Amino acid sequence: MSSARNAILSRLRDAKPEAKTMETITYQPWVSSDEKLITARFIKGLSASHAEVISTDHQALSKIIEKVAIGKDLQRVALGTSGEFHEQIVQATRSLKTDLFDKDIKDWKSSLFNDVDAGITHCLGGIADTGTLVLWPDVSEPRALSLVPPCHIALIKRSTIVSNFAELMEMQAWQNNMPTNIVLVSGPSKTADIQQTLAYGAHGPSQLVVILIEDM
Amino acid sequence: MSQANNGVQIEDLAPEHFHEQSKAALADPQLRQNFRGAMNYLKDKRKTAFSDPAEEKRIRDLSAAIRQRSLSKLPDLLEQLESNCIKNGIQVHWAETTEQANSIIAGIAGQHNAKNIIKGKSMVSEEIELNHEMEKLGIECLESDMGEYIVQLDGDKPSHIIMPAIHKNKQEVSDTFEKHLDDFTPTIDVDQLIKTGRTRLRKKFHDADIGLSGVNFAVAETGTLCLVENEGNGRMCTTVPNVHIAITGIEKVVEFLSDVPPLYSALTRSATGQAITTYFNMISSPRRTGELDGPEEVHLVLLDNGRTQAFADEEMRQTLQCIRCGACMNHCPVYTRIGGHAYGTTYPGPIGQIMSPHMKGLDKTKDLVTASSLCGACGEVCPVKIPIPEMLQRLRQEAKNPPRNNSPAIKGQAAAASKIELLAMKGFAFAASHPSLYHLGSWSATKMRSLMPSNIGPWTQCRTAPKPAGKTLHQLIKARKQGEKS
Repeated sequence: MSSARNAILSRLRDAKPEAKTMETITYQPWVSSDEKLITARFIKGLSASHAEVISTDHQALSKIIEKVAIGKDLQRVALGTSGEFHEQIVQATRSLKTDLFDKDIKDWKSSLFNDVDAGITHCLGGIADTGTLVLWPDVSEPRALSLVPPCHIALIKRSTIVSNFAELMEMQAWQNNMPTNIVLVSGPSKTADIQQTLAYGAHGPSQLVVILIEDM
Repeated sequence: MSQANNGVQIEDLAPEHFHEQSKAALADPQLRQNFRGAMNYLKDKRKTAFSDPAEEKRIRDLSAAIRQRSLSKLPDLLEQLESNCIKNGIQVHWAETTEQANSIIAGIAGQHNAKNIIKGKSMVSEEIELNHEMEKLGIECLESDMGEYIVQLDGDKPSHIIMPAIHKNKQEVSDTFEKHLDDFTPTIDVDQLIKTGRTRLRKKFHDADIGLSGVNFAVAETGTLCLVENEGNGRMCTTVPNVHIAITGIEKVVEFLSDVPPLYSALTRSATGQAITTYFNMISSPRRTGELDGPEEVHLVLLDNGRTQAFADEEMRQTLQCIRCGACMNHCPVYTRIGGHAYGTTYPGPIGQIMSPHMKGLDKTKDLVTASSLCGACGEVCPVKIPIPEMLQRLRQEAKNPPRNNSPAIKGQAAAASKIELLAMKGFAFAASHPSLYHLGSWSATKMRSLMPSNIGPWTQCRTAPKPAGKTLHQLIKARKQGEKS
């Protein structure tokens, strides 16, 4: 135990703070049980943040991904190693150069940084209130997949979109099982650091394509 | 060598020179235009984000209560945070002073033989002057937040906690790039300027040995570090390098994970008027077995640097509720006119005025606490309801007087005490409580009004000298009463 630690804690305890109880203030962020409203708000929020949202269903998914790849002139894409729609992703990208993220980042860092045009991932869920994707990166879809390539294509199932952040966290009891990393993504990377002028593509992907899969 | 404004050198900026620095800032029309434009923009954005006053009240009430509850259990929550972080594999370090924090970071860098640190935005790292201290040891710290990058290239310092390069316009940014970057073609196209920053920094992210970030909320319940950002550099710094060091003040702890969503919403809407930022990053551990990226080591450095002093007093403890949104500076008439550098402290504006005395001592910051018209705007917009104007008045008292009752002296206590002022106030109190003496005094003032000098020191620097009236208030009332009778 460091002496700095003990000194800090003992100074704090000397102040004898009186523990306050849980507040009773009720605060309700945006909520709806209407599926149409939830979808509409989700799409509106993401579009306002400059993401492209494309709705589709299971059958057309592969074609849609392929169309996005052609439209954006993607030559080389990085993929995870599994996931619910992995087969459709592989199918859609068969004519492109693909990299499976199945090795340690240090083994292919420079091609990931310099040569890959896009990364494709699934999402854990979505938040309608703010137009937000929730990513829970793991062994099969590492963190850099949605971060380093200049374009991020995210697949999200309509049934996983909830009203607000607090609801999602509570529903899935996140506090009992936090993974290494959770990321909320609400649009392509941006900055207004120069004279309050909005510019996209600061350090993360400059393009975010959200493919919304209708499953309800 | 970089100049803050009108000849004041950046390295010389200090709260002790507040008066000269603010005078220089006021004389710089470009700087004033840049700040006015930026503050108006941010104020409008905030207003739009809180369009429903009833909702605004509720979220501010809740956010203040969450921060107060968390602070009321701070020592226990810090221990809980520490034990949960350790359980998750995060190494926790404690620093009482800025020197200790720097030596902890230098130690980690040493273990890894690291020569390059890439940094996400962290005001606490500014507070400990990390870049400067690491440079002495031959370790390069590179800022990757676009605003911080621009500021660092120029050897400059941030002038706003959220928008560090707010004092520069796009032409000035182009000039900075032209001066410091090879093969840069001058442009005032913002997309091109940002693209330049992106390209130059990509390589640095790729090569860096260590990534360093701040922390917006540290969750005791789960041992989770939350980071709020738009650019993606925070994610890069905490994902790509093999080692991640997070540094934060001990006050940033919240009790539960469920405390995060309302605070996050209050923060982004207050700061930039965004309903949500592009990225919200929640880090709970280093890379786990089988994972293919992310740092192998995560370190958390908890810094005191005067925070325990603010904590010791129940009233001043409210200072620590701050979630660093910057709304108080955006709405401050003083900050809008003089900008961030003039304060000479890491944290400028109203929050800096009440935080810096605990970090630097009232002896160095006694002028800062007077730099307010007490208009109350800062307190009204604060998302966690810190009564900043009351706190400023309290610190003014502490700067003039010995400690109250049995409370411990704060650093630099009574540094602004003046014997003449004390004597004058005592004299006035005596006169005001002895009517005949008071009447004699006010009567003489009316008789000798023509003798009032036109130059009475600081008062007449920007005001005309007051002239006593021809008749005292008592005389006027008396005359009026007589008039009513007749």
